[in-house]
Amino acid sequence: MVKKKSTFATMVISLVMITLVSGFVLGYVNDITQEPKAKARLEKKINAIKQVLPEFDNNPIEDVIKIPSSKFNDSIEIYPAYKNNEFIGAALSGYSNKGYNGLIKIMAGFKPDGSIQNIEVIEQKETPGLGTKLKNNSFLKQFRGQNPSVFNLDVSKDGGDVDAIAGATISTRAFNESLKMAYDEFMAYLTKYTPN
Amino acid sequence: MTKKLDQKQNLLKGIIKENPVFVMLLGMCPTLGVTSTAFNGLGMGVATLFVLLMSNIVVSLIKSQIPNKVRIPAFIIIIASFVTIVEMVLEAFIPFLYEQLGIFIPLIVVNCLILGRAEAFASKNNLQSSIFDALGMGIGFILALTSLGAVREILGNGSFFGLSFIPEDSNSFILFILPPGAFIALAYLSLVFNRLTLKTS
Repeated sequence: MVKKKSTFATMVISLVMITLVSGFVLGYVNDITQEPKAKARLEKKINAIKQVLPEFDNNPIEDVIKIPSSKFNDSIEIYPAYKNNEFIGAALSGYSNKGYNGLIKIMAGFKPDGSIQNIEVIEQKETPGLGTKLKNNSFLKQFRGQNPSVFNLDVSKDGGDVDAIAGATISTRAFNESLKMAYDEFMAYLTKYTPN
Repeated sequence: MTKKLDQKQNLLKGIIKENPVFVMLLGMCPTLGVTSTAFNGLGMGVATLFVLLMSNIVVSLIKSQIPNKVRIPAFIIIIASFVTIVEMVLEAFIPFLYEQLGIFIPLIVVNCLILGRAEAFASKNNLQSSIFDALGMGIGFILALTSLGAVREILGNGSFFGLSFIPEDSNSFILFILPPGAFIALAYLSLVFNRLTLKTS
């Protein structure tokens, strides 16, 4: 085949053809990946909720309660958990923008008495090997079973009860802030909605 | 016979003699940016191989239809389309890898390795040679990124492909996971690579 000459018409036509084809292909791929994408996001949420709550038999995703947040653009989502129609706790997400590299997002599960069931770090951009230890069991285990009404959610350096990660006090503070936010929202939720 | 030899050469040159990372130092942005673990390096390598292969095939098929003066925008549209497809598919089916690679997936568009092969090879050669060229370059890129990621992960995190071989709280060379460690590890790896290939050739 002879190479096309570069005239006004051939240049316009060839570029239009290429963009047209790629536009159709991208539209098609976008359509078929739309559903799996939503499914993947939902699965991630369900897994995080399962991690932080005791065994439940309702669907917290369907029972979700959204409260507009004063601090963040996102509304706060509360996922209540029931077993045999008895309220056994709720999972809440908490955010902090004070991480060493910005946003830290966690999912925390609370029992009806306000004590912490478990915490899962959902999003973080902390320094690998230092701040990322937030996700480690050795850091998270100090929170399990504690009730923030008596357990001071501050770093021990600031007079609280939390042992900071060595070399990552800033990350720990941000983590505490997001946990406090989740706890405050949980208490507000308890007084406002009084489940059962 | 000579034709077969040619194809073998097209394939091998990308892996050894013209290895995109260790020899030509192309595509440094993903090379340095995502190789904090071996798995991330491998994932990035495979995504790049796919885009490289598809763009080489398409460019080589329609090369006679593209007027010379608009060939660069045409290549860029083709490459960008395949990168967007990769991004959508990863988000839908391998969300874990999609989150790890983050901004580096859309940045495959500007990986000069891909545009470089389209311009220097696929637009001048037939389909078969272009496929072998893309496979060779892509495999060379995968090997380089995975080995770089493996070295950084072993030294910096004490693990290999996520399997940890030191206790959770013990210290490791954190430097190698941080950005400066990428430069140091890359320099030593390409030193070793070039030393070894110098001897064989």
